[in-house]
Amino acid sequence: MMKNNIGKNILFAGVGGQGILLISELTARAAIHTDFDVKKTEVHGAAQRGGSVVSHVRFAEKVYSPISKTGEVDILLSLEKLEGLRWAHYVKDGGIILLNNEERSPQPMTEKKVEYPQNIEEFLSSKGYNVQIIDAVSMASAMGNYRAANTILLGAMASHTGIDDEHWFAVMKENLNPKILELNLQAFEMGKKLSQKVLSVA
Amino acid sequence: MNSKQLLSGNEAIARGAWEAGIHVACGYPGTPSTEIIENLARYDDIDVEWSTNEKVAFDVAYGASLAGARSLVSMKHVGVNVALDSLMVTPFSGVHGGFVVITADDPGMHSSQNEQDNRFFAKFAKIPMLEPSDSQEAKEFVKIAFDISEQFDVPVFLRTTTRTSHSKSVVEFSEAKRTPPQKYKHDPQKYVVPIWGKRRRQNIEMRLKKMEEFAETFPENKIEWNSKKIGVITSGICYQYAKEVFPDASFLKLGMIFPLPKKMLEWFCDGVEKIYVVEELEPFLEEQLRLLGVKNPFGSLNLSGKDVFTNMFELSPDIVQHAFSGNGEKKSFDNEIAIPPRPPVMCPGCPHSGVYFVLHKLKTVVTGDIGCYTLGALPPFNALDTTLCMGAGIGNAFGMEKVHRATMGKKLVAVIGDSTFLHSGIAPLIDIVFNKGITTVVLMDNSTTGMTGHQQHPGMGKTVRLENTYAINYEQLISAIGVKHIRVVDPYDLEATETAMKEALALNEPAVVISRRACVLLEEEKAKTHYPYEVLGELCEECDLCLKIGCPAIDGSQAVPFISKERCIGCDLCAKLCNFDAIRMIEN
Repeated sequence: MMKNNIGKNILFAGVGGQGILLISELTARAAIHTDFDVKKTEVHGAAQRGGSVVSHVRFAEKVYSPISKTGEVDILLSLEKLEGLRWAHYVKDGGIILLNNEERSPQPMTEKKVEYPQNIEEFLSSKGYNVQIIDAVSMASAMGNYRAANTILLGAMASHTGIDDEHWFAVMKENLNPKILELNLQAFEMGKKLSQKVLSVA
Repeated sequence: MNSKQLLSGNEAIARGAWEAGIHVACGYPGTPSTEIIENLARYDDIDVEWSTNEKVAFDVAYGASLAGARSLVSMKHVGVNVALDSLMVTPFSGVHGGFVVITADDPGMHSSQNEQDNRFFAKFAKIPMLEPSDSQEAKEFVKIAFDISEQFDVPVFLRTTTRTSHSKSVVEFSEAKRTPPQKYKHDPQKYVVPIWGKRRRQNIEMRLKKMEEFAETFPENKIEWNSKKIGVITSGICYQYAKEVFPDASFLKLGMIFPLPKKMLEWFCDGVEKIYVVEELEPFLEEQLRLLGVKNPFGSLNLSGKDVFTNMFELSPDIVQHAFSGNGEKKSFDNEIAIPPRPPVMCPGCPHSGVYFVLHKLKTVVTGDIGCYTLGALPPFNALDTTLCMGAGIGNAFGMEKVHRATMGKKLVAVIGDSTFLHSGIAPLIDIVFNKGITTVVLMDNSTTGMTGHQQHPGMGKTVRLENTYAINYEQLISAIGVKHIRVVDPYDLEATETAMKEALALNEPAVVISRRACVLLEEEKAKTHYPYEVLGELCEECDLCLKIGCPAIDGSQAVPFISKERCIGCDLCAKLCNFDAIRMIEN
């Protein structure tokens, strides 16, 4: 059992269809594996795909609300940059924001084209957050499968959660297809290495 | 199996119903209730079905109860509106085997056309309602609901909200209590309500009195004494939000929100200085509290509820904190940097795109319906004029035709999905034929219930457990209704779709165009080999016509549109639109 801290509030963000629900599920299961009380929920719009989606995961000795308060999230992991910006106010002062280096322009709600915000990383850093951009898709493609990108991001996030590796490995074994398990374990390790830089700052 | 599991409220309800030993479960898919039936279908010892609509589901499950089995029916909040005709009679007839009605409400309208507080239906029908606040309670409350149903001879509501249905928390399993159904009892004086109902009328009031007494000692109505400065009265997910915000307050947590325990409420209010009623949507608890005349020794008006909360949308810990302390929610950064909204979109290659492209081009008036295809209201199609509720579009169109037949009749189209058509689209189509209308209906047959995540329906030839069954033949069905002009088109074939629409609209009789192509998210569709397309920059004239198909795989933010290779499924709709031959399949 591992309870060397009082738990964490984590927020996953992205565009519907990117795989947010799976990585938040793995995180919640890793937390339950450590014997924490865990709650998890998703907030999304009408479509299965293409809209803005977030998933809250909270674990501690005892958790009441499945939704974190704004300004209380320890780690925000966004699979898309603009979505990271949209949900950043949930992160506590000095908290960690991990952004997948992916830009997806929203479909406009009017006939006018959408201006994708520039300099998201700089803006969030200027707010005092500990921001890291991760080039997960090209890293995963270099490994031979771009679909492993989310696991690289999960690995980068895992080091900040205080949950020991054994629990992450256990839930990946339980929940991932054996055919892609080895690839994902490698991707997870690769992600973990990336987070050393942020850890040394935090 | 590990005794501790992380389950959603819906998964926990399914588990609880199984532990309660139910024999029959029925439902119609609707967010946030859908996963209850999906998870129940995993238990082989329960007869589970997707029914054609919520009233049918209610009647079938209730029939199972009358036959002596424990049975359950599951629906979203607006589903109760569909089943209400049956529901309102059942307090008269009572139950035989325990009967539980799940209403999954959607505060915040995450995936619904309206916001309605179904707690009022419990009061309206005079039947009890339980409200769990997490997954563990969701599982336990189902079992308790069956016990109450049998004890008081009454259907019991179990109400969830989106946040209890779709959040996951830790659940400990128990053993199942499986018993065979009771023997059927012929009892027309109980069940033939129109003839003998008058005699049973007073039963309802007597039962209500007994249930009010029961509520006083019901163990799931709990008092947690802490500081006496603040006493919070709450139920459901709001309990969790309030615990987060007021860790030191005293709580009266109501597991049963109708009928209410009057003495318990008086006792609790007597013991605290200030009363906060924390509830989502309408002031349901607050109004009843005020009607009961519950006094507080520190002043009868020392109660705060909807005077500080809105009666709209979901609450959250932020909102609860803000309401009582004035501080709370941290604002997003959109006053410092422009954060564009990201509306939901149709999928790359969605068959509905082809139909909407054509309807937009023909400048038709389109009455819509509930489903993924409601997204046709958004740019670039702007194709929908109305969308109200399941099955309404066809009747709405005919009503418009009655007023402006000469002009609108030739431009009116009602669109409806296959699942929705079978749910409640057949009757209004009969109405058009019967009453000599000329409205054109487009049946958008994507071979599944797309919106809620691909549940089986009677047109698919598969049951909830994927067993083979008869598949409705829409052409024959529509022909039997009396529609003579029926055309089937592939919506990827834009020319054929346009021709069929023009032909239908030119007629002086009702017409149905069936747009037939499977949803691209179905597993068998995803498994097909896809050949993605690309834009050849040197040929592109930057006319943006390809963006008119509304495909999210095409990024139009730059001058030359860019097609994402990973997301394109090779439907070639964009290539068909391009006048410069600048969109081509990527050479392999």
